[in-house]
Order: sequence, then C-alpha cells, then structure tokens
Amino acid sequence: MSEDEELEPIEILELPLGEWHRGQGARMVEFAGYHMPIQYDGIMVEHLWTRENAGLFDVSHMGQLMLSGEGAAEALEALVPGDISALKEGRMRYSLLLAEDGGVLDDLMITAAPMGLYVVVNGAVKWDDMGYLREHLPDEITINHMDDRALLALQGPKAAEALARVVPGVDALFFMEAGSFFWGPKTDPEPLWISRSGYTGEDGFEISVPATHAQKLADALCAQPEVKPIGLGARDSLRLEAGLPLYGHDMNPDVDPVEGNASFAISKRRRAEGGFNGAERILKALTDGASRKLVGFNVEGKMPVREGAMIFAGDDQVGTITSGGFAPSVGAPIAMGYVTSAHTATGTALAAEVRGKRIAITVAPMPFIPHHYHRRGKAI
Amino acid sequence: MTRYYTEDHEWIDVDGETATVGITDYAQGQLGDIVFAEIPATGAALKKGGDAAVVESVKAASDVYAPVSGTVIEGNAALESEPALVNSDPEGEGWFFKLTLSDTSELDSLMDAAAYKAFVDGL
Repeated sequence: MSEDEELEPIEILELPLGEWHRGQGARMVEFAGYHMPIQYDGIMVEHLWTRENAGLFDVSHMGQLMLSGEGAAEALEALVPGDISALKEGRMRYSLLLAEDGGVLDDLMITAAPMGLYVVVNGAVKWDDMGYLREHLPDEITINHMDDRALLALQGPKAAEALARVVPGVDALFFMEAGSFFWGPKTDPEPLWISRSGYTGEDGFEISVPATHAQKLADALCAQPEVKPIGLGARDSLRLEAGLPLYGHDMNPDVDPVEGNASFAISKRRRAEGGFNGAERILKALTDGASRKLVGFNVEGKMPVREGAMIFAGDDQVGTITSGGFAPSVGAPIAMGYVTSAHTATGTALAAEVRGKRIAITVAPMPFIPHHYHRRGKAI
Repeated sequence: MTRYYTEDHEWIDVDGETATVGITDYAQGQLGDIVFAEIPATGAALKKGGDAAVVESVKAASDVYAPVSGTVIEGNAALESEPALVNSDPEGEGWFFKLTLSDTSELDSLMDAAAYKAFVDGL
C-alpha cells in the first residue's frame, strides 16, 4: 500500500457562493477542489447570452495574492517574462510563471495595486504557485493569500452598462486597467477591486469582493436585466472561441511560452535583458522558432475533436489536441493543439483521430471569434 | 408495443422481433445540449452492454451502450443534421437506432416505466 492510499479522501470545498449557485438552479460539479456550477439553463444558451448581453461568472476558486514589500516587482521578474517593474498603478499584464527550465507553471494576471502586486492565479495550481513563489521570492517580499475575498467576472457587450448601474464609475476603466471602487450604502460602503479584463474575449470586468458580501453583490448584478449567471461549461467554450489557453490543458510545465503561443507575454525589455527563468531556452526559441507550437484548428463536419486526440499529417503523428469542442458562436467544432513546426502555418490540412476515424482539421488563426475589448486609444 | 428502460437511461420500444432504442428524457437533461450523435451502421452486430452509439454534448462525449443484443436495421438519419432532436424529443423523434433482437429473453432484466421512474427518483 502506497502512502497515497492511506490519505483521507480529499474534501471538496465550498466557495462563498456555493449555496447561491444552487439557489439559482445550477448543476454543481467538482472543479479545482471546489463545488462549482457547470451550468444553469444550458451551456449553449449561457454561451450565446454572454456574447450578446452579460454573463456573471464565479471564479472564486482562483487564487488572489498580494505580493508586497520593497522590490517586489523586480523580484517577481526573475520568475515571469513580463515587464512588471514598468507597470503603472492600476495597469495589469497577462504573464506566465516559469519553472527554472522555462516551462510554464501557470498563467496569471499581475496588476500594480496601491498595496503591492495583485496577482490572480489558476485555482487548480494555486497552492503549488504559492509554494513556488514563497520558495523563490526573497523573504522580505510578503505573499498574502486573500482567501477572504471572492472573485466575480461580469463579461459581455452589456457588462459595462450593467455594472456601472451597480458600481458607478467603473465604465471609466479601459481594457487591462484596474482600480478601487466603493459599493453599497454611503454610510457603510464595501471596497471592491475591479479590473476591466476577463477570459471570454468580450469586454468585461473582474471584481474582487469580500466573501461576506459576495452573495449580495451577485444578487445586485443579477437584478440587472442584462445579467444572467453563467457556469463553467460556457466559460470553457467562450475562452476556446477567444483562442485563450486553459492552463493544465493547453499549457503545462513541459512547454515554454514560445511553444505555448504566448510570445506576446515576453516584454521587449525582458527580451533584450533576459534575467528570467529559462531565458536562454526561451530567447533562443524566439529567434530560431520553437520545435512545436500551440495552434487553433477548424474541424470539418460536426463531430467534435477533443483533448487527447492525435493529430496526423498523412501517416505521421505530428501533434495532439489539447482543447476542443463544439463552438456555439462559430456553429461548428473547433480545437487547439500542439503540432511540430512544419505544420503550424494557417491553412495547413491535417487530420485528428477520433474513435478510430480520421477527421479533417485545418490550422486556423486565433481567436475564432474576434475579441471585443474596450481598449484605451493609442494616443495615451 | 412495449417500452422498457435500462439503468443506463435508455429506452427500448419492442414490437415483435424489432426494437427501437433511444435515451431517456432524464439522460438528455443530464447531458445538456447535444451537438453530435454517432449512430451505428446498418448491419452492425451489437452485443448487450457493448458500445452502440456516441452522443456528444458541448462539454463531453458519452457512450450509449446496447441495451440488448441484435443486428442494426436502421440508424436515425435525422440526427445527422439535427442532433438537438435528442434534447427536444428524446423519447420520440430523437431515437437512435432500430435493431432485430437476437435474444428476446434479454428483455426480462429490463425495467418498465414505473420501475424506471422509481429508479430515477432514487438518484
């Protein structure tokens, strides 16, 4: 009997909005160690609702961290390839937590907040991330896990007008900007940390709220005619259409950022200076090209091609699908996967094997559905 | 015509030696939006409990097992263009396939409507 088998079964944890989701008619599943809503009315209608109106997502399973202390940005730059020290207060950046060999340990959002660097990491790996950060950041840098806060995302073309009714002033934010806002009665307002960001490809916001007030805020948002609660199922189909990778599927410790189609996250200054984990490997891949790369695929016919399906060029296996499914807004199956460098060009015809059958797939540009971000004008 | 049910949430309409198979309303509700159904080819020999069809929702692919043994005489071609029939009319237009039974005694172990309802209520 191995040590593992002697362990107690791991308890599935409850998030601040667990009961609220059940009250809304959600079907709950285990995800990242928590009871989470997979769907309410159905993935298809929830997906399309978000693309046309506004969807409320509970992403409280994700880790909200505050890194503080003198030199936190410079210290973090040893572990991520983004220009963090140049971030002005209220600005944020998508980045990657790198292992010593340059493999991707997680993808994350880093915001320069008044108190320090506000970092949001994936729920499934947050404990590993915190351990890794503690081990590799100097002792003077404090890591505060803000597990007393819930995280809500409001996404969709009507998110701004709906949220501005509940939290006046949020519509002044542009894409990838964040700030503090007050919500509730003037005599006893609650502080919210709100960013204009998300993971659906639509305009939208992510709202960090004290766990004690999460239900009240969710109710206030869902009272807006544009807003419906949306489950994890639609979150997955929305991010797939937006060409956004899901950590643990489309990225893992075996791939570096160039292979993972995330070269954009390697800032100009960091390319010139290096000084981050795996810099030699990653900068070489930037110059010479990676031996394999994450690409998108259009799928012929109606049969979905899913994670794990092998990709073939003729008789040779040249890659593997890492995410795939039916795309409600595209109206057809789509997928993402890794293929060797000879097969990454848009339009390359390949085949994926599903239940012994070969399905025609074609390398497609991503996103599959155009992003609709509320970007600040280039003049600023 | 007699309708039987399985614990895997399939229904079987039996008319003499011929049976029509589909999934129950409970099953389609659990699966969610159906986007693709793979139906066995005419002439395929199915063995009770073996893979017979695949039904795919937005989220996942699920196997449909053969509730009884037999030879497929027809697949529901309508599902090819309109897989959502499995959601809208699971126990009617959304049928999967018809087969000729090879052993009618296999029906003895299946549930009737009342027993299936009790089974679902207990889930």
